[in-house]
Amino acid sequence: MATLTETAPETAAPARRRRRRAPKAGEAGGQQRAGKLTYAVLLLFTAISLFPLIWTAIAASRTNERLAETPPPLWFGGNLFANMETAWSDANMGLALFNTTLVAGAIAAGTVLFGTLAGFAFAKLRFRFKNLLMLLVIGTMMVPPQLSVVPLYMAIAKLEWIDQLQSVILPFIVSAFGVFFMRQYLIQALPTELIEAARVDGASSVRVIWHVVFPAARPAMAVLGMLTFVMAWNEFFWPIIALTQENPTVQVALTSLGRGYIPDQSVIMAGALLGTLPLLLLLLLFGKQIVGGIMHGAVKG
Amino acid sequence: MTQTGTAVDAPPSAEGGAVPKRPATEDRRQKWRSRRYRWDAKLSPYAFISPFFLFFAAFGLFPLLYTAWASLHRVELTAPTDMEWAGLHNYTRLFEDHFFWNSLWVTFTLAVLSTVPQLLMAMGLAHLLNYKMRAASFFRVAMLAPYATSVAAATLVFAMLYGRDYGLINWFFGLFGVDEIDWKSGDWTSKIAISTIVIWRWTGYNTLIYLAAMQAVPHDLYESAALDGASRWKQFRYVTIPSLRPTILFTVVVSTIGSVQLFGEPLLFEEGAGASGGPDHQFQTLGLYLYEQGWRNLHLGRAAAIAWVMFLILVVIGIVFGLISRRLRKS
Repeated sequence: MATLTETAPETAAPARRRRRRAPKAGEAGGQQRAGKLTYAVLLLFTAISLFPLIWTAIAASRTNERLAETPPPLWFGGNLFANMETAWSDANMGLALFNTTLVAGAIAAGTVLFGTLAGFAFAKLRFRFKNLLMLLVIGTMMVPPQLSVVPLYMAIAKLEWIDQLQSVILPFIVSAFGVFFMRQYLIQALPTELIEAARVDGASSVRVIWHVVFPAARPAMAVLGMLTFVMAWNEFFWPIIALTQENPTVQVALTSLGRGYIPDQSVIMAGALLGTLPLLLLLLLFGKQIVGGIMHGAVKG
Repeated sequence: MTQTGTAVDAPPSAEGGAVPKRPATEDRRQKWRSRRYRWDAKLSPYAFISPFFLFFAAFGLFPLLYTAWASLHRVELTAPTDMEWAGLHNYTRLFEDHFFWNSLWVTFTLAVLSTVPQLLMAMGLAHLLNYKMRAASFFRVAMLAPYATSVAAATLVFAMLYGRDYGLINWFFGLFGVDEIDWKSGDWTSKIAISTIVIWRWTGYNTLIYLAAMQAVPHDLYESAALDGASRWKQFRYVTIPSLRPTILFTVVVSTIGSVQLFGEPLLFEEGAGASGGPDHQFQTLGLYLYEQGWRNLHLGRAAAIAWVMFLILVVIGIVFGLISRRLRKS
């Protein structure tokens, strides 16, 4: 409304109009400033985003009896460490956390390495069928892993890999998104002349990768690594099929917590908290980069 | 053959030609080097892309095709390598099964219930975050906290919050005099409850995607719209939304594909219900139905048939959205 009245008089002198608009339009970018209502709405949504996590901690710090009373607890109790210990021993949480770190780490490393290599080839090298192959990569992003579980299960059963961590690492060790993400980044971030100069100096492809591509790609590799780590950590469908409670990832272990005869809700919440804390820590430390990575991937996607 | 290859190869061979009088061994070494060089330049692209395609072929393409083959067989989980030809039996059994059609309906309703509000909210939030403000990165990171929470952890928490007798949500509604709602065995109430888990986990992520797209909209578009007397709402409606069309389509496709695969939320929402998706299968999605057939009822062949039905659904979705985006591009 305000904009309407301010700019309506077509006859007004341009200079005056500009000055009047200036405070609203803001600085360089001309972006409008947020009002109080904007902050209020955003704070409300932030609260909704964080509340289930905070409440997980609250429930994890109470006893099961207290959780079966009304009103539900809204503040922390003193039972957190006891519950965590129970979850730790009941659900094999120690092994689960170790396994998940290993699995997510391996998947992230593989996705970053292979994604960078293929992304570099698609971004900067010329070869036959390049466009066709790139289309294939993009096409594979549409195929969800759920569709291949039956043969994968048959294969790992035959290989006697059930319960083995490689059965949950190998199917995810490359990702089409990783290739696409690195390609988009390297098209801009890596000047073609730099590669050509290295080639003229007699550098082999391996040297070019090591001394030119990797250093240029490092920021994107870090972001892709974190995004992949988060996704691999949270992967649920395939691990629950391929692993058992004897050798679980965190997500598989969590399902066993709910399956007691009388499920202890506070212990379940303690387990959920244990499984989520590492990622929240990651978010706390690298939140800005992760946000930047998602936004970067989005514009190009 | 490759242009980069020839361009880059030029200097060593030119050098070799410029200095003809050389010891033979040196010359041979030079030749060998330049040949190795050319091979390196020619083959390395394939070497760089091959790990991706090898793994994709082994763990993506081959299983997908083999799923089709397995769906034509009788395969039991107890002996997954014994396959007995069954023709289209798995498919006919599937289409006769009431629970298959039920899971199709559940998947569809959950997809609508979770995708539409999620994307609308994400759009609104992105618009707010696009203002110049303090603590912008705090808001962005905080909205990603649900994204960093696993399906399992999130569902277990929401299952507690939605408890009928002691759940916090019913308690909160009770403060306003609303009777206890049965979130776990009601028909629509359980679907709504499960959708909120999906919405909670993914709204922040989509918000960031929209925000990125909004920041890429050229600013003079807004300025000229403002000069033409467009209100903030009209600018949003006639500048922001049209510029975001490709991004909107992208998020719709991704979220739709995601919701066809819903699995963890309905599996864990009610402990003890197993893979049936509630006492009356109210929230048994296709993914859960696949799991139940394959890993609870031990019929891997039938699970493979369900997987192929899912695949066909996704292909249809892909074609529909492809046509829509073509039409959008034309207009």
